[in-house]
Amino acid sequence: MHRLLMVAVVVIGVPVVAYLLLGRGHSAMSVDDVIKSSWATATPEWQARLSQDETQRVCSQYRNAPPPGLADAILAREKAAIKYPADGKLMGDWKRGEQLAQSGYGGRFTDYPPRTANGGNCYACHQMDGKELSFGTLGPSLREYGKIRKYGADDVKAVYERIYNPHATIPCANMPRMGTSGFLTIDQIKDLVAFVMSPESPVNK
Amino acid sequence: MRLRRSLASALACLVLVVPAAALDETEKELERYRQMLKDDPWSNPAMLDADRGEALWKEKRGPSNASLEACDLGKGPDKVEGAFAELPRYFRDADRVMDLETRLVWCMEKLQGLAHADIVKRPYSKANQAGTELEALATYVASKSRGLKYQPSLAHAKEKQALAVGEALFFRRQGPMDFSCATCHADTGRRIRLQSLPFLGKPEEARKVIGEWPAYRVSQGTVMTMQHRIADCYWQMRLPLIDYGSDATVALGMYLVNQAKGGEITAPSIKR
Repeated sequence: MHRLLMVAVVVIGVPVVAYLLLGRGHSAMSVDDVIKSSWATATPEWQARLSQDETQRVCSQYRNAPPPGLADAILAREKAAIKYPADGKLMGDWKRGEQLAQSGYGGRFTDYPPRTANGGNCYACHQMDGKELSFGTLGPSLREYGKIRKYGADDVKAVYERIYNPHATIPCANMPRMGTSGFLTIDQIKDLVAFVMSPESPVNK
Repeated sequence: MRLRRSLASALACLVLVVPAAALDETEKELERYRQMLKDDPWSNPAMLDADRGEALWKEKRGPSNASLEACDLGKGPDKVEGAFAELPRYFRDADRVMDLETRLVWCMEKLQGLAHADIVKRPYSKANQAGTELEALATYVASKSRGLKYQPSLAHAKEKQALAVGEALFFRRQGPMDFSCATCHADTGRRIRLQSLPFLGKPEEARKVIGEWPAYRVSQGTVMTMQHRIADCYWQMRLPLIDYGSDATVALGMYLVNQAKGGEITAPSIKR
């Protein structure tokens, strides 16, 4: 019995101690210290951007491939963080949406005090209007996104949610949480939904 | 200089007029220019910075009226040749891992008696300005490792730790956009708008690009160092301005150099 206990202590204890001394616990603390000392001259208001929320923490730790339990927790938490327009209308003006898709303005320390509204910067990563040739490829092409989906109401809602908070659909998605972070307003997101989902939009021409 | 001007205007036209093919065309033009630079490295405007850096290295300056010739970049005092290929590394006198620029600041403080705050007050040149003193010095030292391959040391525990922290920082998502370095640099063949992005997690791709810095940037008309490159990425990630020579920049540099281990140093290179 005693021997069994000792074996158990060694089998469990040694890896636990090694983990604590050398493993993630130790290096995670060092990263936080390094972050703190490396932006020492930034103002406290700006330093706040360096601390992670739970979703950022888990997505960093698992390099965007969270285990199932944690993935479910992200889906639930981020889904709950989505706010919908009071009048229930999810589509705004596609022309304003097009301007937002083009604009990469906002959020950099050289963007303060704000000179204009924040942009969605969609073209940095996505193909949209076929005539716009300067598009990035970090995200999938959105050419004819609405047309392909026959402009379905469920798809309109899905696009709104994707822009507002993509982690509510894909845990640890690469795309920013434009609504939840407050980077874009609900009205701006509605305009972007219209740019993607309205039959008149050049995205669907 | 005429070469530089005509290349700059050719690039400007390409970027403005034909975005579809611009990526390929711009890259082709840059490749042609790089080939010309290989044939005649002195036609690279960054060599003016390297030249000025060499003069600064030898000039007696600061309250101590000393040159930087006694500066130990890791291979002993005044051993500039090949030093950059082994940085970042652990320095016993400072008891920390330092990259080239961090070490230059340390030597300016210790040998020349200059105040840290004054040295790092304006580390980066603005577009179309001559390189700053730090940029000139960094370009000079890096140019003395041209043709060598990166051989970062991991013998000291703090070097290993810097690499581990750098790797963690590379994948750390933070800020209002949830960005990490990996958001843009963790896949092959991707681009932002028309700008291609190197897959820095992949050694084959890291080896091609890391050794290019410090580099002359045609669009800016000035030299950009690795410290500046990293600070600019964090700016784009919507994070505050990172401190020059901070541990995070050194750790990230350590990660990148280890990814690029065995890659040839072509600095000062030429970039968009």
